[in-house]
Amino acid sequence: MTHQFPALSPEQKKALSDIAQRIVASGKGILAADESVGTMGNRLQRINVENTEENRRAFREILFSSDASINQSIGGVILFHETLYQKDSSGKPFPAVIKEKGIVVGIKLDKGTAPLAGTNGETTIQGLDGLAERCAQYKKDGADFGKWRAVLKITSTTPSQLAIQENANALARYASICQQHGLVPIVEPEILPDGDHDLQRCQYVTEKVLAAVYKALNDHHVYLEGTLLKPNMVTAGHSCPKKYTPQDVAIATVTTLLRTVPAAVPGICFLSGGQSEEEASLNLNAMNQCPLPKPWKLTFSYGRALQASALAAWVGKSENKKAAQEAFRKRAQINSLACRGQYVVSGKTDAAAMQSLFTASYTY
Amino acid sequence: MTHQYPALTAEQKKELSDIALRIVAPGKGILAADESVGSMAKRLNQIGVENTEENRRLYRQVLFSADSRVKKCIGGVIFFHETMYQKADDGTPFVQMIKDKGIVVGIKVDKGVVPLAGTDGETTTQGLDGLSERCAQYKKDGADFAKWRCVLKISDNTPSALAIMENANVLARYASICQQNGIVPIVEPEILPDGDHDLKRCQYVTEKVLAAVYKALSDHHVYLEGTLLKPNMVTPGHSCPTKYSPEEIAMATVTALRRTVPPAVPGVTFLSGGQSEEEASINLNAINTCPLPRPWALTFSYGRALQASALSAWRGQRDNASAATEEFVKRAEVNGLAALGKYEGSGDESGAAGQSLYVANHAY
Repeated sequence: MTHQFPALSPEQKKALSDIAQRIVASGKGILAADESVGTMGNRLQRINVENTEENRRAFREILFSSDASINQSIGGVILFHETLYQKDSSGKPFPAVIKEKGIVVGIKLDKGTAPLAGTNGETTIQGLDGLAERCAQYKKDGADFGKWRAVLKITSTTPSQLAIQENANALARYASICQQHGLVPIVEPEILPDGDHDLQRCQYVTEKVLAAVYKALNDHHVYLEGTLLKPNMVTAGHSCPKKYTPQDVAIATVTTLLRTVPAAVPGICFLSGGQSEEEASLNLNAMNQCPLPKPWKLTFSYGRALQASALAAWVGKSENKKAAQEAFRKRAQINSLACRGQYVVSGKTDAAAMQSLFTASYTY
Repeated sequence: MTHQYPALTAEQKKELSDIALRIVAPGKGILAADESVGSMAKRLNQIGVENTEENRRLYRQVLFSADSRVKKCIGGVIFFHETMYQKADDGTPFVQMIKDKGIVVGIKVDKGVVPLAGTDGETTTQGLDGLSERCAQYKKDGADFAKWRCVLKISDNTPSALAIMENANVLARYASICQQNGIVPIVEPEILPDGDHDLKRCQYVTEKVLAAVYKALSDHHVYLEGTLLKPNMVTPGHSCPTKYSPEEIAMATVTALRRTVPPAVPGVTFLSGGQSEEEASINLNAINTCPLPRPWALTFSYGRALQASALSAWRGQRDNASAATEEFVKRAEVNGLAALGKYEGSGDESGAAGQSLYVANHAY
């Protein structure tokens, strides 16, 4: 191990670093629009819309055909495989629609969870087979970043050493392969909010998980400046009786990150994990206002927390397109303010924004 | 591992964090005056002085008699065990002299290197036995921080995975025990400058070593905000034919740290490792003016690079004591400026300041 066999040339490093910086440029975050077919089924069912390929295409078109000024708030969009190859109504491929707005296109790369035998219901993530070839193809087809979600859960016996180490290792392998093909890997070690544990417990587990993730990335020679992290915020479990303020969440989260995430990582894009749209924005805002140092960008990579209102406004009807786009634009703008610590709550919050988006034991 | 059994109370954490911040307050660094009896022999031999306890006492008195100018640039002094219990001519204990200047007292607690069988001449460091009791006693006797030096070496097949893992583990055990006793651990994983390797090789090895160190600290539940790091700067090997500028050394060093040292660590206090006094100051200054963001204090913990001129001026003669003290104060002030990125260089590479202080295969 004493000799370096450089994984990347200086040109490759610069290209990766530039992409990462563009995604998390000031005031920008990520729209996670990479819901699998099954997950879109859940979404569409809630608004009584049939889960057909056309309906999925139509909803994504609503989001992606937003006015170009959305690029002030959105630096990247994560797509599901199907969506990367769909087109808008004029026949233009979605990647082109997105890129024309100066937004970076990303692609979900994992193939879902697989059980870890001998554990208490824990999982790892599959998707490494043929990943290099898939990355090369996606890069040709317009993607510049990838996403891979590992899942851990807090109970009295989990996450186990094996689950932490195995998921960290899989994330590092995925990241290494991505970088070889010019894709910036978003590293997502999600610790689910399920459970009744308190804030301190989540903080402790998150610190252990992130320490393992960054050791694995180092072991696998991953170029940190060309990666992004997509962690959970540090929050209490969803059935924890104790309530915490956004400031509590902010201090716990930023403290955890300061103890584990090297400053070389350009940006941290939080997942919303079942928080309501408004909660997700308030928490992100509190983080960017909190008095602790923040050597990385702290921004968003939200799925549900960016789309809930838009879905509720659309309800599958094309005549609602403008209303749906406006709902999306509003949440995007609010989160853009939040990632600069400038979101001032007006006092009026609408029903869809406040509705908890928590689904127990969430899998995409 | 899913439940936290807090190693430290909130009060203990605050005390440790406050001590660490005092040591690396802006413009301040550490005087490493903890040379063992054997190391002092080498120093005194170079100036033709006999290595007696009295001479060692007289010499440390030269340093500790520095006037109030050192308050601005020295945040901590590391003592060897013998020195903790010595006094000045007027009977004032050295520990008290230092504390009266508002400087924090530290103590070297390791017991030197021991071989790792089955490796190519690699070592670990001993000193864990009874360390808790020793720390408790040193705390009573005035010490608020400690130092433990591990040694790694770059060659064709070193450092090995075992050497890295074992030294990281022993550093973490030491750090954990210190904190239990109210002592801030300085964690020193020195990679020797011996060899003909280039700057990149040193950077690569330093990144691997530091990643292992911080994983071990996390595994051992060490409170990072209450620690300091004492690493080597990233430099080429001493017999490397390629020469590098201070700016190159600075970039390589700060890049390596940004990739491995969590921002929660309050300060990085570089060892001088055989660099001349002037070199060590110029490099530290370049580190503090390098264009990369630096979330920790970057300062000095210098032994030879603070004392070489003072030793030559003293030569064991009482009559030379004031002149010798003045030499020390001068270097201390220069390094205080370098820690702020405000040192413009002496322009004078001659004399004791420019002389290389490299001793092959240095062991304290």
